Amino acid sequence: MSLKNVIAPFSAWARAVQKPFTVPTAETFRPGADRYRGWHINDTEQCIGCGTCSDICQNSAIDMKPVDEPNKGDSGLRPLVDYGRCCWCALCVDVCPSGSLGLSSNYIWIDRDPDVFRYIPGVDRKEWDSDEKGWRKDDGFNLVDPDRVPMPMMMPVEDRVKTWAEVVLGYTEAEARAEAARCVECGLCVAACPAHMHIPDYIAAIRDGHYDVAVNHIYDNNPLPEMCGKVCTRRCEDVCSIGVNGDPLAIRWLKRFATEQFSDLSAVLSHEQPQIGTGKSVAVIGGGPGGLTTAFYLAVRGFKVTVFEALPQVGGATFFGIPKYRFPLGSLEKQIKLMTDWGVEIKTNHKVEPDEFKQLQQDYDAIYIGTGLLKPSSLRAEGEDLPGVMPAIEMLIDHHLGKTVEVGQHVVVVGGGNVAIDAARISRRLGAEVTIAYRRRLEDMPADYEEIEDAEAEGVHLMTQNIPLRVEQLPGGRLDFIWGPAEMISEGGGRPRPKLIEGIENHLAVDKVIVAIGQKPDLRWLPADVAEQISNSWGGITCDENGMTAAPGVFAGGDLVNSTADAISAIADGLKAVDGIINYLGLGTKP
Amino acid sequence: MSVFDYTTQPGFDLISETPNAGTTVDPKEVQLWFGPQHPGITGNMSVQLWLEGDTIKRGITHVGYLHRGFEKLMERRKFIQSFPIVCRMCVAEPDTTEYLLASSLEELSGLDQAVPEKGQWLRTLVMEMSRLQVTLMVMGGQVGTMGMGTAPNWTYTLRDFLLDSFEELTGGRVYHMYITYGGVRRDLTPGFAQRLEATLDRIEERLPYLDDLILNSAVFQQRTQGVSVVPAEWADELGITGPVLRAMGVARDTRRDYPYLKYPELDFKVCTATGSDIYARTQVRRAEIAESIHIIRQILQMMPQEGPYCAKLPNMLTWTIPAGSTYVRAESSRGEMGFVMVTDGSDTIRRVHLRGPSYTNAVTILERMLPGMNIADLSATMVSLQTCPPEIER
Repeated sequence: MSLKNVIAPFSAWARAVQKPFTVPTAETFRPGADRYRGWHINDTEQCIGCGTCSDICQNSAIDMKPVDEPNKGDSGLRPLVDYGRCCWCALCVDVCPSGSLGLSSNYIWIDRDPDVFRYIPGVDRKEWDSDEKGWRKDDGFNLVDPDRVPMPMMMPVEDRVKTWAEVVLGYTEAEARAEAARCVECGLCVAACPAHMHIPDYIAAIRDGHYDVAVNHIYDNNPLPEMCGKVCTRRCEDVCSIGVNGDPLAIRWLKRFATEQFSDLSAVLSHEQPQIGTGKSVAVIGGGPGGLTTAFYLAVRGFKVTVFEALPQVGGATFFGIPKYRFPLGSLEKQIKLMTDWGVEIKTNHKVEPDEFKQLQQDYDAIYIGTGLLKPSSLRAEGEDLPGVMPAIEMLIDHHLGKTVEVGQHVVVVGGGNVAIDAARISRRLGAEVTIAYRRRLEDMPADYEEIEDAEAEGVHLMTQNIPLRVEQLPGGRLDFIWGPAEMISEGGGRPRPKLIEGIENHLAVDKVIVAIGQKPDLRWLPADVAEQISNSWGGITCDENGMTAAPGVFAGGDLVNSTADAISAIADGLKAVDGIINYLGLGTKP
Repeated sequence: MSVFDYTTQPGFDLISETPNAGTTVDPKEVQLWFGPQHPGITGNMSVQLWLEGDTIKRGITHVGYLHRGFEKLMERRKFIQSFPIVCRMCVAEPDTTEYLLASSLEELSGLDQAVPEKGQWLRTLVMEMSRLQVTLMVMGGQVGTMGMGTAPNWTYTLRDFLLDSFEELTGGRVYHMYITYGGVRRDLTPGFAQRLEATLDRIEERLPYLDDLILNSAVFQQRTQGVSVVPAEWADELGITGPVLRAMGVARDTRRDYPYLKYPELDFKVCTATGSDIYARTQVRRAEIAESIHIIRQILQMMPQEGPYCAKLPNMLTWTIPAGSTYVRAESSRGEMGFVMVTDGSDTIRRVHLRGPSYTNAVTILERMLPGMNIADLSATMVSLQTCPPEIER
């Protein structure tokens, strides 16, 4: 120890006159850093209430609570944060699929009441709600996987139009499990699915490799899953929370994968339905998805069910409406075989006539009507009755019944729905040049976006904002398709409407004009008094909440009843009718 | 129901061999609890002392005030949910455990090569920043235990400027939760390097003055030189690492001996001192402050400015890791820390064990050194051994 060491500490005295670094908090507010993790904020307009924040919170600080004004398509729930538990780790922000949740840079909040430190950000207004700073989701760090596993497709594209083989090849096991692992199990899809299929359950089973469990979950409320797995309109994917900032889960392809794992479904499905319908019989008129659903779920509950189908093959629009490169006949037959194995009696080539309907009412305890829409809508343009102008629905039925369909060299398909796309892609495979004429914009097309992409890839030419004016006969048997351009007008709050720009006529020389602008119901097969009793203003049938028409014991569903015109809605109607029939016959739990 | 008899368990004979066990009570003895509520104690632990006068006859350390159990908490959570937990294993220096968790998960999932270059550099940066801030804090704490007030004020102020940088980069001052699976959570902010550089300059400018207050101070020298010497033969017997070991003159450092992250590309020396007393350990820390500043400057120079900072992550809610086990280690400011991790193919950790230097420092070494120690030196000794009790009570 030297004198130098004794003196050394006194050098600090030199700093006695300097200003201190510390800031008196009560007088000066020190703002948090730009990405400070402070109190939560939530953009409730963007929030979909998926609850992923609640799932990832390792402190269980987040509960999902119902709010008064939810947005359409969301869960109606919003996160409530308990600051007695929150540790401000911001995993909730980094996982948020919609990117609505954030943390503000505000970190000082003093209150005597401990209960105020539980609030729903964005709903219970706070002064930091508008804080621009604070922790926000960053593109470079995502706790969910926004990228879908690509579906293997038949390649090259040119080869697709040379064959009727399936274009979509299906996931391999590894691909399916990787895709299933992207699911956050929020369940928004369950609400969006008309049939409320147990989607997160079967996706989780696929992820874990339990495909038999997945198929059992799927068969809870869908007897045609392989069809839905290939061609469903998949409203589930529209609301998928991962889809907000990424690709939605390939829910449809996963369902397809699970059902394709088993060639004999009856071996994996559990058959433990309560046998409540013994001795009761139900007639199902129309073997479409709605009718088959009713028949299947009644049959497994012990009812004696007979399906009457006018065509040689059941399946309805899923048989004659969907091209085989999307939904091969083998897939359909596999599912129908399970139904017949489990007791559904199917009578094909059996068109019910009015007198027979009266007899059926006598012979059966209940009747389900699901005959769909078969009468083509009119083009309402001059020349639509010329030979060479044909409704798409007739072309599809003829094609699927094995009849020869002549499409010539060049076809124009009028319409923008899935039927139009199907007719166009079938015509391509029959060797024609195909043009689709649609009166609205591309983004307004009701057809599935992947279908539109595939059609374009296969060489189908799309013409939008195209209003057909008339069709004229050309010398040599060809047709002159005359159309005018349209402009889009926004009126009120509805979607923009096409308006013809007068005075312009364009000509397109074609061999065939295929009209795919929708179908209407045709109830002429019903006795006149029954038809009058149960039909409504647009020619369809009105049902109550149990699926029953105005005629007691007569139930209906599918395209006849709802205007959505997709298979899954018909399946949902069938499920509703099953409960309705059981309750109507006094076998259910409902009073 | 039979009562669990721990005296028959393997290893119990080792407990009874410790110098404190089985001693008879002397009527002149005073029993005193040092902690858990005492400013001189290092965190949430206590030492039960038996004194004669102001000389400690023996003592037992106690933990158990945290009520957490990190390892079990982690076994009941999904992998990503463990990140907000591990930082609490050492409050002052959370980044080492964050790195260990991320690194062991990456190794077990076979994706350790996927961490982007910039993510590696940012990890190295925050680990070194963390070493710097915690060493500053311990330096202040060291003299604080001897009743000196000015130096702690300075070191804590300097540390706070570093915490500003942490806040800017990670969103939090103390719990950074920044290093995560696949890389780090956020990119550098614009101008971060300049602001950090200014803080480093500020620390460096103050260091000579700090030396006058601490290492060059006659009072400090008198209180620390030759006090609480850790004998060199304990080093390998007890598995001593970190500054306690380097103060014996042994140049061991995980960063150099088992290189990880970007340390192989950095130029740094392993700081040592001789004497193995409190003074020597403070000398090592003082040298490491300068060395950390040197390392951080290199990182800021060498780090790529562009590129991703985190690998593409799978869905963290359903992520599973194949069965396997590993040991991953890193050099914390206290010594070698490591995670033994076992996974079983599910979405949670099967078993994780933290090997930390605190157990050796605060339990084994301290209990051996207590007999004969003056009670006035106890706080200084504990701080010089540098412990994080949560690391013991894991």
